[in-house]
Parts: sequence; C-alpha cells; structure tokens
Amino acid sequence: MNVTVHIPTAFRRHTGGVEKFECSATNLNDVVDTLGTRFPELKPHLRDQDGKIRRYLNIYVNDEDIRFLGANHLFSEGDEITLVPSIAGGK
Amino acid sequence: MPVPYQLQCRECRALWGNQPVSFCQNCFAPLEVTYDLAQIRGQFNKDEIARRGTTLWRYKELLPLPEVCDASLPVGFTPLVKAAGLGDYFRSKSLYLKNDAVCFPSLSFKDRVVAVALTQARNFGFEIVSCSSTGNLANAVAAQAARLGLKACVFIPADLEPAKIVNTQVYGAKIIRIAGNYDQVNRLCSQIADKHRWGFVNVNLRPYYAEGSKTVGYEIAEQLGWRLPDNVVVPMAGGSLITKIYKAFNELMELGLVERKNVKLFGAQATGCSPISAAVKAGRTEIDPQKPNTIARSLAIGNPADGYYAASTITGSGGWAEDSSDPEIVDAIMLLAETEGIFTETAGGVTVGAARKLYGQGRIRPEETTVLCITGNGLKTTDALAGRFEESEPIAPKLAFFEEYLERELVKEAK
Repeated sequence: MNVTVHIPTAFRRHTGGVEKFECSATNLNDVVDTLGTRFPELKPHLRDQDGKIRRYLNIYVNDEDIRFLGANHLFSEGDEITLVPSIAGGK
Repeated sequence: MPVPYQLQCRECRALWGNQPVSFCQNCFAPLEVTYDLAQIRGQFNKDEIARRGTTLWRYKELLPLPEVCDASLPVGFTPLVKAAGLGDYFRSKSLYLKNDAVCFPSLSFKDRVVAVALTQARNFGFEIVSCSSTGNLANAVAAQAARLGLKACVFIPADLEPAKIVNTQVYGAKIIRIAGNYDQVNRLCSQIADKHRWGFVNVNLRPYYAEGSKTVGYEIAEQLGWRLPDNVVVPMAGGSLITKIYKAFNELMELGLVERKNVKLFGAQATGCSPISAAVKAGRTEIDPQKPNTIARSLAIGNPADGYYAASTITGSGGWAEDSSDPEIVDAIMLLAETEGIFTETAGGVTVGAARKLYGQGRIRPEETTVLCITGNGLKTTDALAGRFEESEPIAPKLAFFEEYLERELVKEAK
C-alpha cells in the first residue's frame, strides 16, 4: 500500500528539494519516522525532545487534520499526506 | 540607521532579519517581531505621544514599520468608554469598554493589523494582497488596499454573513468563497502563499500584521492615564490578540511608560468553538482542535494558530478563560446595547457573555479596573438577532391614530 507525502517549500531545504514522495507508511508515527529516516536533516524538526510530534507541524490526511482522525488512524491506499508548517490564524 | 526590529523564531530564537515569512526556516516554528528596545528607549515620551495625531501611528516606534511608509490613514485610537450602565449590572464601578466597533475604516479591530501589514506588503513589493478571513479581516484588507492602490483578493468560508461579503465586495476586492470552514480556508491559503508571490497579511506577513494588535494595549494604557488595568477580557479566535495586548503592556513597562503591574488576561470564546478556553479550563496549554459550530463566525477557528501562546499567556498572567453559548451571545449583545448604547457583533457578545460569567465566579472582582475588548460592529451580524424583535404594524400618519397607538402601548406596558 502506498501513500503520497507532500512537502512544503520551507521543508525542502532539508529534503534536497524533494517536493513529494511515495512510501508505505501506515499511520502517523510511521510516516513521521519514514520522513526522519529518509531525510535525516528534517528529523530533528519533526519531534520534540520527548518524542512528541512538534505542535507547529500540521499534518493532513487528504483534507482532514490528522488530529481529528486520531494518532492511530490507518492510512488507505492512495492517501495524500500533506505537511503544513505553523498555520496562520485570525483574531 | 537600520530599523530597530526584526523577525525572531518563538521557539529556537533564531533571528531572520525582515522578510515576508511567518515561520522559522530552521525549525518551522512561528516567527514574531522582536525590537531593540534600547534603541527605541528615549526616542519618544508621553508628552511627545500626546502631541501626535489620535491614530495608532502615534506609537510608530513600537510598530514594525518600514522607514518609508504611508501612515496617513486614521486607523485606531478608538474610544475607551467608561461603562457605568454595564458596570452597574456587574456591580463594578471601574469597568471600561475598548470600542473597536467604531475602528476606522471598516469597523473592527482588524483595521489595526491590516494597517501595519500593508505598510510591509508595499515595502516587500507585493502587488496583490490577500488573506484568509472570517469576514472582518477581508473587510479591512479590501478597504485599505483600495486606498493604497493595491489589488486585493481574499478567501472566505462560503457561509459567511452576507453583510461581511458585501462589505468586502464594495471596495472592488475579489472574493474567493471556499466550500469549507475557516480552518480549511486557512490551510489552503498557507499552500497558496507557498506557491504564489502574494502578500497574505495573515500568512507570510503574519508577524508584522500581528504587531498591529499591540496598539489596543497601548491605547488602553494611555487612555487610562498611562496606567494599566487589573484585568482585560479579550475575544479569541486564532488567539493572537490576547498575546499582543500582553506584549504591549510588557513593552510599556519595560520602557518605563507605565508602572509595573501584573495584569490578568481573560480569554473569551464561543462554546461552539472553544479550543483555547477548553485547554485553559483543563489546565493545559496544548490545544485540541475543534470543528466550529457557533453563530460567532468571526471567532470560528477550530485550529487556532496562537492557541498555545494564548493559553500560556492567560495562565501565566493569573487569568482564566470562559465561553458563551449562542443564546448567551445574543443576550450579551442586547445587554451591551441596552446598557451602553453600543451595538457589537457576535464576537463582542462572546466577550460580554464571558465577562458576565467571570464576574459571577468572582474571578474578576467588582472593585478592580477591568477592560472588555469590543472588537467588531453589530451592523455586520444583524442576522444573529433575526426573530428577536416583533415587526410592528404601521399606523396612519394622523395624530388620532398615534394617540390610539399610545393608549394601546400603555395598556400593554401596564400588563
């Protein structure tokens, strides 16, 4: 099973310019570990010292914020995983 | 002399000079503007400020403005109203309303942030300015872009109040309605800003934009006679405003313009979208996002960008957070209108409704000086009051009919 991970411009300095890639990650932890293994320079920016995913890193599965789906949500074939840094806000 | 400010990462503290980016290129955490207060200190004092025009530009040294910018639009310096009537209701003799319902030009506090952001949009050479908006921000961007001769193209959730849509279109701005909620609009805008060279005031210009909110804090202090209140109640959507009011107070203390004081910050949210107040109540600073469901659409941000910082500011100051349900919001809008003659939008109803609870809980004490931030105008959200008032039958233009009417009404009132 494959999913596509989309990497925003700001992160690409740590990915050698790679914009997207396919992998067989099955859930959130798996995809973050895969990113860290594949792009070691990106690794320290994905999790904090306690191993928790950094709070200003937003991850979407297709169009849904992964926090609504739950950390154990299982990806499906063809899912689009999008990383968005420190999202903007209003008031 | 170089400008006395630059961007700094809020987490790793790396410095980034001045450029249109909102997050650290090293660690992706949000950036904010940091000032060389030593360079600013002594450049102005209270007397100097008093001589300046009554606009937010009077605090120019404390704003991230380019060396050359158009600071002629009279934005800000809205009334700080002593609220005797609402104060009576809360049994407080020292209650004030910071009334941004009459902020120039588009009747919400968003005029402040946009005024600052657009100086930098021009400085960075953007020809198109944009934003993701729950309405007020789009109004402010459209109005001020028109005056500055910039093209405006704004993104909104499709279900916004009609008045907020017209109040953007009238200035000639392009509106792109998105079939989704604000958080989805916001994410899309982050992706667009990543690809297109547009000046999104609340995305790539966000650090500069957010600084405009500090002027609410400066004005409160100056209008209280250069002293700080005990409490401020602030509506929260993305959570930025409350953190910037706190930052403003700290800068004034640091510069010796006001005496040191621990001001308690209280946050207000709609019950139907309360990720920050829920975190505060649970004793946490981490935010669980929510799917918004509230009439307070200007506050309907389920994934607040500054939620963590807002919750930290509130708890660090010794404050608290409360939320108002939809019926409580409408009641509070009417309470404010009937006691103070101020018609606020739903966000103001959220603030007044939350203040009512905070007084009731004794978290805000009547003898303390408290300021409620009213951030928007009721004329933009009249649909929230739909069905609240009976439509009366017209009477003929004759005195006899009026006398008859008066008698009928007197009888009704007597009942």
